[in-house]
Amino acid sequence: MTWIRKDLLGLEELNREELELILSTAESFKEVSSREIKKVPALRGKTVVNLFYEPSTRTRVSFEVAAKRLSADVINIATETSSVKKGETLIDTGKNIEALKADIIVMRHNASGAAAMLARNLNISVVNAGDGWHEHPTQALLDIFTLKEKLGRIEGLNVSIVGDIAHSRVARSNIWGLLKLGAKVTLCAPKILIPAAIEDMGVAVTNDIEEALAKADAVNVLRMQFERDGETAFPRQLEYFKQFGITAERLKKAKKNIIVMHPGPVNRGIEISSEVADGANSVILEQVTNGIAVRMAVLFLVAQAQDKLANITKDEPSLS
Amino acid sequence: MKEKVKILDKEAVARAITRIAHEILEKNKSTKDLCLIGIRNRGVYLAERLADRIKNIEGSGVLTGALDITLYRDDLALVSGQPLVRKTEIDFDINGKNLVLVDDVLYTGRTIRAALDALIDFGRPRSIQLAVLVDRGHRELPIRADYAGKNIPTSKDESVEVRLEETEGVDEVVIIGKELK
Amino acid sequence: MKILIKNGHVIDPINNLDEVRDILVEGSKISMVEKNINVDADKIIEAEGKIVMPGCVDMHVHLREPGREDKETICSATKAALHGGVTTLLAMPNTDPAIDSLENIKLLKDAIAKSAKANVFICAAITKFRQGKELVDVAGLKQDGAVAISDDGASVDSDELMLEALRSAQEAKIPVICHSEDKKLSDSGVVNLGFTSTRLGLKGISKESEYKRVARDIGLAEKTGAAIHIAHISCKESLDIIARAKKKGVKVTCETAPHYFTFNEEMVLGFDTNFKMNPPLRSKEDVAAIKEGLANGIIDVIASDHAPHTENEKEIEFERAEFGVTGLETELAVAITELIGAGILSWSKLIEKMAINPSRILGIDKGGLGIGKDADIAIVSPEKEWIAKKENFLSKSKNSSFINKTLRGFVEYTICQGKVNKWNS
Repeated sequence: MTWIRKDLLGLEELNREELELILSTAESFKEVSSREIKKVPALRGKTVVNLFYEPSTRTRVSFEVAAKRLSADVINIATETSSVKKGETLIDTGKNIEALKADIIVMRHNASGAAAMLARNLNISVVNAGDGWHEHPTQALLDIFTLKEKLGRIEGLNVSIVGDIAHSRVARSNIWGLLKLGAKVTLCAPKILIPAAIEDMGVAVTNDIEEALAKADAVNVLRMQFERDGETAFPRQLEYFKQFGITAERLKKAKKNIIVMHPGPVNRGIEISSEVADGANSVILEQVTNGIAVRMAVLFLVAQAQDKLANITKDEPSLS
Repeated sequence: MKEKVKILDKEAVARAITRIAHEILEKNKSTKDLCLIGIRNRGVYLAERLADRIKNIEGSGVLTGALDITLYRDDLALVSGQPLVRKTEIDFDINGKNLVLVDDVLYTGRTIRAALDALIDFGRPRSIQLAVLVDRGHRELPIRADYAGKNIPTSKDESVEVRLEETEGVDEVVIIGKELK
Repeated sequence: MKILIKNGHVIDPINNLDEVRDILVEGSKISMVEKNINVDADKIIEAEGKIVMPGCVDMHVHLREPGREDKETICSATKAALHGGVTTLLAMPNTDPAIDSLENIKLLKDAIAKSAKANVFICAAITKFRQGKELVDVAGLKQDGAVAISDDGASVDSDELMLEALRSAQEAKIPVICHSEDKKLSDSGVVNLGFTSTRLGLKGISKESEYKRVARDIGLAEKTGAAIHIAHISCKESLDIIARAKKKGVKVTCETAPHYFTFNEEMVLGFDTNFKMNPPLRSKEDVAAIKEGLANGIIDVIASDHAPHTENEKEIEFERAEFGVTGLETELAVAITELIGAGILSWSKLIEKMAINPSRILGIDKGGLGIGKDADIAIVSPEKEWIAKKENFLSKSKNSSFINKTLRGFVEYTICQGKVNKWNS
């Protein structure tokens, strides 16, 4: 299995072998973070630019730590400090970053497809750190990595995703990744938060939280955002918690060792109770730890693919 | 068709390993503070075999670990075929230890350079020695083996293949030459 | 100036002609259509093996002049039209200023007289500033040269105002072109609502937003007896509604654009904004229904909805990019490739939809090769394949869905008012 993509834009475009390569590479990288010197020189001399058009501390910090543990130099550009407000187009911004001889752009953007568009127009690598409602591949990879670490496999698992599926890039990436690796996926949300024809992806859909939890080996609880775009996505927070909130009460009827995941930040008492978020089934903090390993793997793989493409015609001396 | 010459067979490989085990013990006097670190992939199996022999000879075991040097290579872009990043497994403190790095073939010396960098990130061993099954020459860095199973003079367009029971199902060392016209 | 077109396969459905003929053009008119014309001509075009047809009449074109000459001008659009075998086009009124007053019509007419290379007819707005609030002077605009009215790009939301508009149009004997879209239902969507919008995480445009407005417009037309023409049909449901109305005798015609019978929504999966248009590309089933509608005659017209946009407005985030694609230079070839090639339309049916029907709907004397008619002629190599290259487009904008696509049917010559244009690429 050889990784040949200069970019990571989403999990939809990856095949099973590519997903497995990222996961196994991440396994090796996890060991690095457990060392006293948590650093390897793999990306020494490379520059990673975190280009964030949406506020995000968690993902940005995770990528920054990952890049630094690989010895890359990291530059953070957030909307406040960029030329975005001066009306520069995304491609111009990207080309400017490319002209600085950066090697990888990690981008978070509120427009679906923004990462794909940027990647098409640049020679350097683009890693999608979330584009609109479209995909958030590294989040799904770290969810899947955590699941695999906990349960030893993905094939055949029942995974339920609960929450605002319609506006969730985390959900879409998880669905693609889990299905390709052989899991069964059930989505659970109020009807208005289930996007059109999502069954065609190959998932089951229910509006009944107990049904979603009944057979689940794991449940991924999405963050609810009630004030998105001024839309009244779902009327009342309390009402949501009552109908869909993950509580200790509800978990009692689920499998005893059900894994509870959440991409964070957690809205305690809205989509999940504190008791569950901090409870024995929760792997929320492990997800954060694993996020570093997964992102190190992704940065490493795309950087290597880029070098490969650049050196494709050079001689290839053997090494021993 | 390429020309192939078998340099070591099963018995020769076994003898070389036994001899290296004796030499390691002779030089280090005992197994105290002695650890073997195999470089992935084949170095790991060679290290395990050496540890077995040492135990047979001395009666006391030595710690072994596995080192993946992919992340420390200076030529990631140049390598043909993509190196997989594998796990490094060193489950003991290397501070103050006498480490023996184990690899199958010593060639340019760059792998060993990378391995030294990696080990230094894990701590400060008292000494690091190098054991290889085959030394084929053509060093590009000031590195030499403390223990070598066999010195094989080669030309640069030849390649040396070490095959092991664990990985290829057979113990042998073969030189593969130029394309036969 | 006499031009003799020799030995071409002349297809002129208005005059029931589908045979090898010579055509003599004198000045700007056709003077003879005969076998073996022997006269001293100033120019002889050898057209053996080629189709000689009326120049296409594209009744849905955005010239962008006045107001957005960076996207397109009357000059560049009409050159692009000729390049694609289109000799006559209808200019939509969503310019800046909108064509909603006698002054603005005069402004546009002057600009056309100065720089148009092909025949340009004018479609005026239905409401002032195309805002759907106040009706224009329909009769006055007709008198001043508008051949149709439309708020294209927008639909008149108010039923009362639309009814009033249709009454005025009926009295003035001018057709109303409907951009049938209920924006409340399309709700700032950017792609077809369904699996594609879900997969891409983009807001969807429902088919309801189209066909419910089609139904309303037809209902109001029926009430008033006005003639309406529904622009850019993209889905099956709209066609079903139109088919029923036609059966009932409502004066309704409709059009589709080449992208709707060539591509389905899956083309958007790479976020390529050259597949972003309004209405959006729909499902496979809709594409099949559009083809069927063309074959069974429910769809009267193929028009490009030529909508040029600059690269700055297109090569940006998908949801922020402008809707619309260019089409003047590819529409005839695409229709030949997709419809004649697949046996959906014959040449004469194709010519009906791309020249005769639009002329009839707009009440203009175009679309035929009769003696004494304007010499607006396209000469096409029917089997010749070519690749639509960005750099060969004459339009100022390059936002075509067909870039790098191989098309069959190459326009060799376009003659407009007796002026010959020869194309090499």
